[in-house]
Amino acid sequence: MDESVTAPEVAAQGPLGSPPGGLAPSPAIYVSQLTKRYQQTLALAGLSMTVPRGEVFGFLGPNGAGKTTLVKLLLGLAQPTSGEGMVLGAPLGSLDARRQVGYLPELFRYQGWLTAREVLALHCRLAQMERSTWAEAISGALATVGLAGRADDRVAGFSKGMQQRLGLGVALLGSPQLVLLDEPTSALDPVGRHDVREIVRGLREQGVAVFLNSHLLSEVELVCDRVAVVDQGRVVAAGRLDELLSRPQVRVRCTGLTAPARATLSSFGEVLEDEGWLRVTGIEVGRVPDLVAAIVAAGGRVYAVDPGQETLEERFLQLIEAA
Amino acid sequence: MATWVIASLTWRELVRRKLVLALLALTAIVIGVTGWGFSRVRGLHLGGQLLTPGEVHIAAAQLLLLVMFMFSFVLALTCAFLAAPAVAGELESGVAQGLLARPLRRRELVLGRWLGLSLPISVYTVVSVTLEFGLVGWTTGFWPRQPVAAEAALLVEGLVLLTFTLALSTRISAITAGVIAVIAFGTMWLGGVAGAFGQVFHNAAISNLGVITHFLLPTDGLWHAAVYAMEPPAFATEAVRGLGSSFAAASGPTVGYLAWVALWSLVVLGAALLSFQSREA
Repeated sequence: MDESVTAPEVAAQGPLGSPPGGLAPSPAIYVSQLTKRYQQTLALAGLSMTVPRGEVFGFLGPNGAGKTTLVKLLLGLAQPTSGEGMVLGAPLGSLDARRQVGYLPELFRYQGWLTAREVLALHCRLAQMERSTWAEAISGALATVGLAGRADDRVAGFSKGMQQRLGLGVALLGSPQLVLLDEPTSALDPVGRHDVREIVRGLREQGVAVFLNSHLLSEVELVCDRVAVVDQGRVVAAGRLDELLSRPQVRVRCTGLTAPARATLSSFGEVLEDEGWLRVTGIEVGRVPDLVAAIVAAGGRVYAVDPGQETLEERFLQLIEAA
Repeated sequence: MATWVIASLTWRELVRRKLVLALLALTAIVIGVTGWGFSRVRGLHLGGQLLTPGEVHIAAAQLLLLVMFMFSFVLALTCAFLAAPAVAGELESGVAQGLLARPLRRRELVLGRWLGLSLPISVYTVVSVTLEFGLVGWTTGFWPRQPVAAEAALLVEGLVLLTFTLALSTRISAITAGVIAVIAFGTMWLGGVAGAFGQVFHNAAISNLGVITHFLLPTDGLWHAAVYAMEPPAFATEAVRGLGSSFAAASGPTVGYLAWVALWSLVVLGAALLSFQSREA
């Protein structure tokens, strides 16, 4: 696990992150000590992190943790109270940054009186794309998000899921180098969620960085290279998924253990009760038989033993509880 | 460039939401009804006698002022209703987030919305007022003495309220911006009426209230400029004698007042741009 406060080489780079002299390109996202206060509420409390280019990055946190606030600061939709940052080598919220970014807002709303094709054409204009490329880009986006058959229907008649698909299409326009997806599957059915995963994987293959804000830990687990867990405006853990989830664990279904007896098991690892199972995290695999013996010696009756790895959800909950 | 993208988007919205159709239909109805009314003025009798051409002119002028007063009220409400959600509505619905995430400057969004609303309002005003003036002239023989100035004053009155409401819309909710704009418009009109009372009763304090409201939000001042441009000279004479009202003006606007209106509009539009610069989406 790393806390991911890597100092990027931003100072020596041009505004669009094309460093002279063969320096490594600026990261997709770099923020340092970013703070955002809304009156009495501290939404971000000195958040620092770096997202490299070409990586799918999951940004996880409970409601109100500051996930959407960070995205708004990256795009200049809100201003930081203090701190600094760069997006693709350009200052937070600058025109240069926004030229290279695609964005699907959490609250995806588009002009209901326009057709899907017209919404995409509007964003082609705003993204300053060459007119000659519009038709292909629009058709490609519509096909990618599964709206080719509804291209000329008014958005007002779309379901929430279709509007979210349209938002995803909007985010893909203009060959972005970074795509910010804020809860991109919140209105989608399982097929739609699968499509989003495929789109995200496709973006990674093209070298596009994806910043995925999500509550859906299983989604994140399936597509992200790295994640950061944020709580109360601070990154509480960050790193590659395999690093974050490297702690072995064993689940034991047992009965008859008293609280003091259970407390004696803490020498094997972190012990938690989880829906009738005893979950021991951080245990060495070779000590599992010793654990079972200790439970039996303490008066417990063992029905099942399930060794495995911590899931992202379990790790997430553990991190949030610890924070 | 991006300003025109937003302006053209606004025009398309007005068409798609059938506002243009509604305005065209309502204008046709109003022109038809008032045209029928004005066409009857020449046949009116007073004391068993047909009205003389001079009396027809006076009656037509009074009716025209009433019709145009209604028009200026409708125009003001239209401007307030259109401008109130122009920015605030986009923020409240979330549509603005998608737009502002693009390389679009905040000022381009506000200016685009202002242009997108101002141009159709201008066309609507010029077409409606020209048709009404033409109809009155054709049916009664009465023509406003400065028709172009009258049209300009009515149009600027609408644009002033539109600019004021748009500035509010960059900072507060759509519904609140609309309500404040309508109340402000009504209050300025009342201030103008109070000012006229002050003149009648030679009360300087109340008279000054009218003057202040003409400067604070220059809608009523511009209405009086339009009245002066439309009224027959006899009405102005009455107003000079201290019988001024919302339907008679003693004099036209001074160059200084027109300069104030221009400065006021620029400052309020500038405030709108500045205000939205720091607004969080």
